[in-house]
Amino acid sequence: MSRLTRTGVLRAVVVFGALAAFPFVFPAQWIVNIAIFTLMYAGLATAWNLLGGFSGYLSLGHAAFFGVGAYAIAIAFTHIGIGGSGYKPFFALPLVGIVVALVSVPIAWVALRVRAATFAIVTLTLLFVVQQLAFNLHHLTHGSQGLALPPPPFDVSTFEQPFYFAMLGVFALAFFTCWWVKGSKLGLMLFSIRDDEDRARGVGVRVTGAKVIAFALSVGFTGMLGGVWAYYIQFIYPQFAVDPLITIGAVLMAFLGGKGTVWGPTVGAFILVPAQQYMAYKLGASELYLLGYASVFLLIMLFLPRGIIPSISDHLARRRSGRPDEPPGAVASAPRATLPGGMAP
Amino acid sequence: MHLFIQACILGLLAGGVYALMASGLTLAFGVMRVINVAQGAMIVLGAFLSYTLFTKAHIDPFVSVVLLTPLMFLVGVALQLVFIRPLRADEREELSLLVTWALALGIEGLLSVLYKTNYRSTITSYADKSWRVLGYHLSEVRVFAFGMSVVILTLLYLLLTRTEFGRTVRATVQNPVSARLLGVNVDKVSALGFGISVATATAAGAVFGMVTPFFPGSHYDLISRLLSIIVLGGLGSLGGAIIAALFMGMAEAVFAAEISPTWSSFTFFIVLIAILLLRPQGLFGTNERGAL
Amino acid sequence: MSATLLGVSGLTKRFGGVAAVNGCSFQVDEGTITALIGPNGSGKTTAFNMITGYLPADSGEVTFAGRAVKRPNPTRLYRAGLTRTFQQARVFPGLTLLENLTVAISQPWRTLLRRNVAARDRERALTLLEEFGLERLGDRPAGELSFGQRKLLEFATVLMGEPRLVLLDEPTAGVNPVMVEQIERHVRELHARGLTFLIVEHDMHLVMRLCNPVIVLDGGATIKQGPPAEVQSDRAVLDAYLGT
Repeated sequence: MSRLTRTGVLRAVVVFGALAAFPFVFPAQWIVNIAIFTLMYAGLATAWNLLGGFSGYLSLGHAAFFGVGAYAIAIAFTHIGIGGSGYKPFFALPLVGIVVALVSVPIAWVALRVRAATFAIVTLTLLFVVQQLAFNLHHLTHGSQGLALPPPPFDVSTFEQPFYFAMLGVFALAFFTCWWVKGSKLGLMLFSIRDDEDRARGVGVRVTGAKVIAFALSVGFTGMLGGVWAYYIQFIYPQFAVDPLITIGAVLMAFLGGKGTVWGPTVGAFILVPAQQYMAYKLGASELYLLGYASVFLLIMLFLPRGIIPSISDHLARRRSGRPDEPPGAVASAPRATLPGGMAP
Repeated sequence: MHLFIQACILGLLAGGVYALMASGLTLAFGVMRVINVAQGAMIVLGAFLSYTLFTKAHIDPFVSVVLLTPLMFLVGVALQLVFIRPLRADEREELSLLVTWALALGIEGLLSVLYKTNYRSTITSYADKSWRVLGYHLSEVRVFAFGMSVVILTLLYLLLTRTEFGRTVRATVQNPVSARLLGVNVDKVSALGFGISVATATAAGAVFGMVTPFFPGSHYDLISRLLSIIVLGGLGSLGGAIIAALFMGMAEAVFAAEISPTWSSFTFFIVLIAILLLRPQGLFGTNERGAL
Repeated sequence: MSATLLGVSGLTKRFGGVAAVNGCSFQVDEGTITALIGPNGSGKTTAFNMITGYLPADSGEVTFAGRAVKRPNPTRLYRAGLTRTFQQARVFPGLTLLENLTVAISQPWRTLLRRNVAARDRERALTLLEEFGLERLGDRPAGELSFGQRKLLEFATVLMGEPRLVLLDEPTAGVNPVMVEQIERHVRELHARGLTFLIVEHDMHLVMRLCNPVIVLDGGATIKQGPPAEVQSDRAVLDAYLGT
């Protein structure tokens, strides 16, 4: 699978180095604000990809776990009276990730007993269950009144920076996990499930275990991102913390960049989020924004369903091997990020 | 006891409308293996259309159903041709989930632009009237809605069992590959099937708008209920969907009356989890994608 | 010598009112190449699916290597040494040929996140590819293979688990005569190395020269089990095939 090639590592070092330097080069608050959301979605799309892209099980309910992460941080720091703010919520993030991942295991086990279509249904339903919980568990979440977090005591001029680095940290964690998994035995198992699950069972692949692990990792990162988000925006409501648009955004970005690839979701997020924020400033009205979102999604699904990275790498592969364009679908039944390279010896 | 029976009646009437809503969803899945996540949005669209006809042109929603369903049937066929047919067959099942989800968003966005995001309700002159039978309230609107659902479902049943078209639909549901070999034009059946699915959603939407306040975002709640229903009934099984819808309608109403109205929407999820644990193929379904 | 490796008794499966397999019983002895034949619709593939755990049986018992298989499950059976191929030659089209083979290695959970394939397993995969004449394509995605090549790859893949019994579902259907010969040669070689086969096959010439014993199914039940010559001259078998 994806070998740890020198160019691959170099690319990652350059990209993450640039991301770490970014808020110092462009310290303007509004720019860093957009960058925070870009990183958040890059992380969400990468995390979603770990399950949806690798195993082919499309989750429509990842926003549920985003919301759980958000409320976990919010509840912990308002109710349980840890009270302290500052950097403390950031240190709680790993715990949030682990708890969300563990909570998701029984859910995953039930939801993954069924085939992909039913799985999608269950995850979608889960999303509304969690939203309802956020509305109904009034004493914890304050229901539709929303829940306020203690204001972060950061200096106004560099207020966004801690959040930027927290997002970057979680995104990097998700990204490198994804990268690692792709080259591992687990990745191989997930890809075999995506290609033909029945056959995978027939050659000894422990499909349920592989799927549950991927699900837990995926939603764990999603929950952590939700936690950072909650602390950043400071006031959370059920309909915004558990918002179908969050999932659909992440899915859209994974598809645009190329699902099942390591870099695809990141590329998708880096293209779409800034564009989306710009549109939001321009169009203002959130109703139009919804229409714009739907149109972009439909266009990508219809015209670029395999995503940018697989399309480009196919093109390069053909150029290199000097073959004429093959009809799409000849090799393309499963989009791949990298050229089919061997395993590391 | 009185409360329990009253709840059962209410639930049964609501269940009839759920059955109409779910019938199109399960039919579309049966024919094309497409889970139309936009079904909820189509219902809300139907509710807004009949609301507009009622408030602007004073056309009773039950009458507007007759006007709207053929129109929306054509819209459904067009949507299938434009958005679902181009998807490659081997990816259609998964990509259609996302495409129809985007469609749902698009419809929600369109409705939000046109109507803003306030709650609406189609309030007819008989909206508050009800009959009393043996001490139980029977809301006229709900009884009419139930009656209309029964009529449309009966027509659908006759269409599927008594006509040549129905036979091709059933053949496609059972085995698309063999159906194609036997000369069934599966593409055509799929387009028409999707059209029917949208048409039933529209009809259901018209009555939905009379019994429940709605806004453009209402479709999320609807679709999660409907999806639970068709999983319970067995994906692709029309009879299963109807029985599951009646059952869920009653279960929800009884739960609301006897235990807690706030948590009643959880009935769907509880039943969904139970069914996944005990009988993942649903009550009347066969193994969803037959293992082989 | 002839210990029973696979025992099937009273296996039954109904679809609606129709019994696809109806009280089917037979056994496969260790070290044989057993054929399972019968007219179309006689329940061969359904029986395969039940034995390998892809389809729950309505009733009946399956024993493998002396143990009753309580709830057949493809993954567990594979690990126990029972594996199968599919009529349609199923491979993982998005994985390379080498990956197709290495994914089929049983590995403990703790090695799940290891990136490298153990040298021994890689070696084994390469050897198998070489044996099946696919070594040049090791780094190509399996989606690029021809149908016949997929059959070979699928065959090679199931050998990764070091099985004791391999069920081949129509191994020569839809492949050219040269490929048929090649597949036959592989079966013979592997058999000589001690592997047991149960083969569903329509090519009677192949069955008669390769397999012994031959089991005949009709209407979902076993009507005859015996050496090829005996089966060929059996009245009931002829009736079943000729439909009288």
